[in-house]
Amino acid sequence: MKKQAEVVIIGGGVVGCAVAYNLASMGCKDVVLLEKNYLSSGATGRCGAGIRQQWGTEMNCKLAKASMEMFENLEQILAYEGEIELKQGGYLILAYKEQEVKQFQKNIELQNSLGIESELLTPEEAKEIVPHLNTKGLLAASYCARDGHANPFEVTRAYAQAAQSLGVEINTFTECKDIIIEKGKITEVVTDKGSIKTKTVINAAGGYSDLIGDMVGLKLPVYSERHQIMVTEPVNSFQTPMVISFYYNFYCQQVPHGSFIMGQGDPNEPKGHNIGHSWQFLQELSKKINHVLPPLGQLRIVRQWSGLYNITPDAQPIICQAEEIPGFYMAIGFSGHGFMIAPMTGKVLAEMILGKNLSMPLDKLDLGRFDRGELIPEPSVV
Amino acid sequence: MDDKIIICFCEDITRAEVRQTIKNGATTLDEIKRIIRCGMGPCQGKTCEEMICREIMDITGKKKEDILIPTRRPPTSSILLADAARSDNNEKTS
Ligand SMILES: Cc1cc2nc3c(=O)[nH]c(=O)nc-3n(C[C@H](O)[C@H](O)[C@H](O)COP(=O)(O)OP(=O)(O)OC[C@H]3O[C@@H](n4cnc5c(N)ncnc54)[C@H](O)[C@@H]3O)c2cc1C
Repeated sequence: MKKQAEVVIIGGGVVGCAVAYNLASMGCKDVVLLEKNYLSSGATGRCGAGIRQQWGTEMNCKLAKASMEMFENLEQILAYEGEIELKQGGYLILAYKEQEVKQFQKNIELQNSLGIESELLTPEEAKEIVPHLNTKGLLAASYCARDGHANPFEVTRAYAQAAQSLGVEINTFTECKDIIIEKGKITEVVTDKGSIKTKTVINAAGGYSDLIGDMVGLKLPVYSERHQIMVTEPVNSFQTPMVISFYYNFYCQQVPHGSFIMGQGDPNEPKGHNIGHSWQFLQELSKKINHVLPPLGQLRIVRQWSGLYNITPDAQPIICQAEEIPGFYMAIGFSGHGFMIAPMTGKVLAEMILGKNLSMPLDKLDLGRFDRGELIPEPSVV
Repeated sequence: MDDKIIICFCEDITRAEVRQTIKNGATTLDEIKRIIRCGMGPCQGKTCEEMICREIMDITGKKKEDILIPTRRPPTSSILLADAARSDNNEKTS
């Protein structure tokens, strides 16, 4: 392991790897990435793999749209020999309440104004896209054909390999234990395999970002929450879009490999770092899916697992440098949608660190917004 | 010839593919699983895990006890989603 580096990145999820690649591609190659387990071992490798542009705030719409454009060309951009398994089968978001219909209409207006081609469908039109959809009680659905899926392991690997080929050092099974600060400035990162002298650290530790904040004495306004998810055996393709419902609180998609991946949020889930599993989850989610997408009842569930959402008070990420500690950057608190916006996050954060013009202003996503009371609540999260 | 042996029956992964993945640097069951999918299928690693362990030991010189076993997760054997939905022990849901 290097003893000194220009930048040290903590976390080998999709965000850490995307930042690493972008720094190197912009010329900053003296970068070390630390991952306490293996790449994608955190939320990234446990997530629902969905990428959508149908958001309710301008910031998320722009981040997601620009990221989707990057996903569409990622294999070429990163000269990746594998496949990221991009599937643009759309996202169908179901509305069961008048309130939801109104919100979706507002969202679609915003999305369309930003060049995202989403539309409001009638239940009949929704059924044309998902013939096995039970439309009982359905009022309408928001749909964008260009949304979809990419394989998080492959995307992370693609970024990591491209970063390595540019000179980035990636150390797996290496844990950051402490960050040394002298006279308000970062001097060193301590790991279980030795120390690295540096002036710049990026906190991309996902569900453990609060612990990294503690190391520099910053109380970060984030917490972690377990989210459970399950997968069926693979079958021939019969569901094109990701189907999600805020009302029933679930998401469900068929990935290119053939399996169905589905999950739900649990309003009673306690905060913390628990990633165990519960039988209630399997039962509750199966009931919803069996009701809304009946033929899926005939599929066999092969596994359930869980991962951590890292959540902020407004469900929007924090992407900035800490004002209190120059050189301490963070890309944290993705609140359950960090995979789909990782390409743009990695790019803009690298630009920020290198003092370049930003491809997109992210000043609203700074840490100070919570103290200033300038939250940007996102109405459309699962 | 030996290399054409299928190690993972769920995902059709050969011994050669497993060995190549280990040689490329993935030396834990969890990493190998996330690259070539062995252990992700209906058997959840019950058939292949032991064989992959042996390949890891052979190539890396690791000892059996140093090879971490991936987390065991339900269901123990695959279950129909409709059955999971029916397994109602107490409450009624919408
Ligand atoms: C069940 C579930 C479903 C989801 N579905 C979606 C979805 O469909 N679409 C979407 O866009 N997002 C989804 N998300 C959210 C998404 O997974 C995350 O926002 C995203 O992966 C965050 O990436 P990351 O790189 O910031 O974090 P992570 O992938 O968690 O990476 C952080 C890494 O840091 C490492 N680390 C932590 N502490 C240290 C330390 N001290 N030293 C060294 N390394 C350390 C961890 O081991 C981990 O690998 C989902 C999340 C979950 C849990």
